[in-house]
Amino acid sequence: MTFSPVLFELALQFLTLSMLSIGGANAVIPEIHLRVVEVKHWMTDADFSQLFALAQAAPGPNVLIVSLVGWKVAGIAGALVSIVAMCGPASVFTYWFTHTWDRFREAPLRIAIQRGLAPVTVGLVLASGYVLTRTIDDSVASYAVTAAMLALAMTTRLHPLWGLGVAAVLGAFGWV
Amino acid sequence: MDTVPIASSAAHVSTGALFVGFLKVGLTGFGGVLPFARRMLVEQRRWLTGPEFNEVLSLAQFLPGPNIVNVSVIVGRRFHGKLGALAATAGLMLMPLVIVLALATIHAQFAHVDAVRGACNAVSAAAAGLMLSMGLKMGRAIERTPWQIGIAAVVFIAIGLLRFPLLWTLAVLVPISVAIAGRTR
Repeated sequence: MTFSPVLFELALQFLTLSMLSIGGANAVIPEIHLRVVEVKHWMTDADFSQLFALAQAAPGPNVLIVSLVGWKVAGIAGALVSIVAMCGPASVFTYWFTHTWDRFREAPLRIAIQRGLAPVTVGLVLASGYVLTRTIDDSVASYAVTAAMLALAMTTRLHPLWGLGVAAVLGAFGWV
Repeated sequence: MDTVPIASSAAHVSTGALFVGFLKVGLTGFGGVLPFARRMLVEQRRWLTGPEFNEVLSLAQFLPGPNIVNVSVIVGRRFHGKLGALAATAGLMLMPLVIVLALATIHAQFAHVDAVRGACNAVSAAAAGLMLSMGLKMGRAIERTPWQIGIAAVVFIAIGLLRFPLLWTLAVLVPISVAIAGRTR
């Protein structure tokens, strides 16, 4: 892997982005878009949308959008540099932090923080689900798919892939 | 390498099991991996209880970095320290990374095919429903006194309906929530 300025630039961008990504990868998608399309001019708006759709459709964490951006800019080396910059240092920090955190298992402040964060987390997850629904669903049929999957996941222990598979087939036939 | 034992019954999880468990999560996680991670950790393998998962995800969300990657680091560390964290994270990321890059190289030929686009949209719609179900399931696993329901509702309205910036919303609401939690024990 030869080291080029663009790889350094990618590493720098995603390293700073990872420090901002409190609340998860989806929370920084708008910021990634801003930097990649409008500040750096690495790709067009349409390119970015396609990469986003691809990262959503493929299995695996949504943060893989980062590797796709790197790939688009600088091939496989770009993909690897970007994903490592986005996940590596943050993971090391998380490891160190939880290590320290666990030593204070019985501390009243830690217990208060834990109890205080719990409802915020639930609100955030529900908000992500809502935002996803509003962003993606553009027809009565797609809302019905979202509602059906929600009902299925709440009431049965069926593997969600069954639901996603049926949705994919319906979508492929143009019924969603 | 000192690992802190956790309260759940499943204290014996091998590094290999961590790798395979998160590998499955990564490979099956379409449109967002967290619901699949919760299913594997809480409902299937029972490595964590519902409240333990909430605790892990709370931490993962408020630390920098992708949530699910943080979850794999925290869970891996609990069972096997550095090696566990590495095994879980590698299991989660490696295959999806290969797949998404392979897809990207062939995507150009298929992006315009209606059937492909239709299937992708429908899968995303279903995945949104899955994310909502995870939020509701997590809600069932926390204490539900009026203030906790109130905080969850305010967060949902601020981020979901009003689309306030995440960092500022959390900077205001987290201290409030922690302060109430500290006073109501």
